[in-house]
Amino acid sequence: MLKILKYSFYDLMRSRWSYVYFGFYLILGFVLLFLNNNVSKAVITLMNVIIILVPLIGTIFGVMYYYNSKEFTGLLLAQPLKRSTIFLGQYFGVALSLSMSLVIGLGIPFVAYGIFMSDAIWDFGLLLLTGAFLTFIFTALSFNIGLRNENRIKGFGYAILLWLFMAVIYDGILLMSLMIFADYPLDTFSLTASMFNPIDLSRILILLKLDISALMGYTGALFQKFFGTSLGIFLSISVLALWVLIPVWLIRRVARKKDF
Amino acid sequence: MLKQIIPHICLVVLLALSSSNVRAETIRVCKSCEARTIKEGVRKAAAYDTVLVEKGTYKEVDILIDKPLVLKGENYPLIDGELKGEIITIVSDDVTVDGLFIINVGTSYTKDYAAVRVIKSKNFLIQNLVLEKLFFGIYLEKSSHGRVYHNNIIGDAVEEYNSGNGIQLWYSHHVDIENNIVSRVRDGIYLEFADNCNILNNTSSHNVRYGLHFMFSNNDRYENNTFENNGAGVAVMFSKGIEMYDNVFRDNWGTAAYGMLLKEINDSDIVGNVFQENTVGINIEGSNRVTYRNNDFISNGWAIKSRGACYANIFQENNFLYNSFDLSYNSKLNDNKFEDNYWSNYTGYDLDRDGIGDIPYRPVKLFSYVVNNTPESIILLRSLFIDIIDFSEKVSPVFTPDNLVDVRPKMKQIVHDRN
Repeated sequence: MLKILKYSFYDLMRSRWSYVYFGFYLILGFVLLFLNNNVSKAVITLMNVIIILVPLIGTIFGVMYYYNSKEFTGLLLAQPLKRSTIFLGQYFGVALSLSMSLVIGLGIPFVAYGIFMSDAIWDFGLLLLTGAFLTFIFTALSFNIGLRNENRIKGFGYAILLWLFMAVIYDGILLMSLMIFADYPLDTFSLTASMFNPIDLSRILILLKLDISALMGYTGALFQKFFGTSLGIFLSISVLALWVLIPVWLIRRVARKKDF
Repeated sequence: MLKQIIPHICLVVLLALSSSNVRAETIRVCKSCEARTIKEGVRKAAAYDTVLVEKGTYKEVDILIDKPLVLKGENYPLIDGELKGEIITIVSDDVTVDGLFIINVGTSYTKDYAAVRVIKSKNFLIQNLVLEKLFFGIYLEKSSHGRVYHNNIIGDAVEEYNSGNGIQLWYSHHVDIENNIVSRVRDGIYLEFADNCNILNNTSSHNVRYGLHFMFSNNDRYENNTFENNGAGVAVMFSKGIEMYDNVFRDNWGTAAYGMLLKEINDSDIVGNVFQENTVGINIEGSNRVTYRNNDFISNGWAIKSRGACYANIFQENNFLYNSFDLSYNSKLNDNKFEDNYWSNYTGYDLDRDGIGDIPYRPVKLFSYVVNNTPESIILLRSLFIDIIDFSEKVSPVFTPDNLVDVRPKMKQIVHDRN
C-alpha cells in the first residue's frame, strides 16, 4: 500500500493542481494578514474559508482524481495486488497531498507574521487540524462516490450534491426543524444533529474558541459545557475521526466486491 | 461642570470653617494614651475635635459617632469587629473618617451590618479606608452632601443571599463617590433613591452580582469608572437624567451577564463608553430618549440587544467592532435613529469618497431575529446557509424592520478624543 501511496503522492506533487491549491492558500494567508494585520482576526476570516472551501475542493479533487486515474487503476488491478491496497493507497495519496498543501500553504504566511508569538496559536492549530480532518473526510466520501458510479457526469453531480448538502442544505433543514419544534427542548437535539455533519462539527469546534461571547447566551451554556471541556473536544475529535474511518472502511468494502 | 464643583467647594469651606472657628483638640488613642479604645476617644472628644488612632489592633464594634469630629487613623490601625456586628455608625453632621483598616464585619440575615454606616447626616467625608471580610461596606442612609473617596473594599462573597454590597446609598443625595476600588462583594456600588450623585473614577470588579446597580436614582453622573468581570455586569433601572461618560464595561460573561442592562431609563446620555467582550454589550428595555454617542462596542456577543418599548433613542458616531451580532431587535416597529456609526461588518462602498458609505447599513440580521425566537439555532452561527439567508434578507427585508438602517455609515473607524 505504501508504494502505491508514494506513487500517488508523488504523482500529485508533480501535478500542477497541487501547486495551484498550495499557491491559493499561500496568497490567501498573506492577503488576509496584510488586510487585517491581526492574527486573531485573520483566523476568524480563515475559518469561513476553510469550512466552505476545504470540503468542496476535497470532494471535487477526490472524484476527479479517481476518474482520471481509472485506466492506471485498471492496470494495477491486473497485478497481484490486494484491491484494498490499491484504493487506500490512492486515497491516502490524494488526501495527504491536499492536506499538506493546506497546512503548508497557510502555515508559511502565519509563521511569517509571527503566529508563534501570538496567543492565537492554539486557535490556528485547531483550524489546521479540522481543515486536515475535513480533507480526509471529504476525499474519502468522494472516493466512495467514484467507486459506486461508473458514469463520470453522474459521479461529479453526486459529489457536488454531497458538498451542497453538507455545507448548506443540512443547516437549512436543521434550522427549519429547530423553528418548527421550538416548543420542545431542543438542546440535545441540536447537539446531536451537529455531530452528524462534519462541517457543522468543525465549525462549532472552532467557534467555541473564537465567538465564545455569543455562545455564552443562555442556550450557549449547554454547548459551552459540552464542547468547552476537554471531554467535549476529545469527543468531537473522535467523531471527526469516525467520519474518516467509516468512509475508508466503506471504500475497502466496495473495492473488494466491485466488478471492474 | 460648575454644578459638580459647588458641593466640593462648600465642603472644603465648611471643613476649613469648622477647624478654624472652633479651637479643635486632638485626642490620641493607643494602648498607653489617655484613651485606650476608640469608643473612649470618641466619648472624651468634644465637637470638632480630632480623634487620632495610632497603629495597633482594636477589637471594637458599635462605635457611635454622635458629634462632629475627625476620626483619623495613623498608619492604618486595624479595627477588628470579630464578626459581632456593625463597626462605625455616624449619626452626626460634619464627620470625617480617614485611614482605617476595618475587618470582620458581622453577617446577619435580619440586619444589614456595615463597616461604616452614615445615618441622616450631612457633610461627611469617608476616605482612605481599607475594608476586608465585610458584609456591607459603606452604607449611607438618608444622608447627603458627603464624599466617599479613595477606599479599598475587598470582600470574599460567594453567594448572593449571604453577602452585602460594597458601597450602598439609600435615600441619599448629593454624594460624591470617587476613586474607590470595590471587588468581590455582592453589588460593588448600589444606589437606591439616590439623586444628584457623582460616581467618578471607581473600579468595581469580580463582584458576585452587579458591578454597579442603581434604581430610582435620578440625575446622577457616572464617569471614568471601570466595571470588570462581574457576575451580571451592570444593571441600571427606573431612573432618568443619567449621564454616563467614558466608563469601561469589560469581560462580563455568563448566561445572564450584560455589560449594561438598561431598564426604564429615560432622558439620559451614554457617551464615550467602552463595551468590550461582554455576552451582551447593552441590553435595553423600555428606555426612551437616550443618546448613545461615541461609544465603542468591541467583540461582544451582542453589541446591543433591544427588548422592545424603546423609542426615540439616538445612536450616533459609535464604533461597532467585531461583534457576533451588532443589534438584535424583537419587533418590526422602529422609532430609534442610527446615524454616522462605524460598523466593522459593513460591506458597502464609497464612490464619492466623502467617508460615508453610499448604501445604508442594516444592523439587524435575519439570523439575529431567528436566534431571538429559537435560541438553540445559535449553533448555526457563521454557517454558509446563514450567510445566504442573511444576504437575501439584506437585499429585501421581510422579517426585520425595514426602516432600521444607518443611512450614513462611516467607512473608517471613528477616532474618539478621550482624555
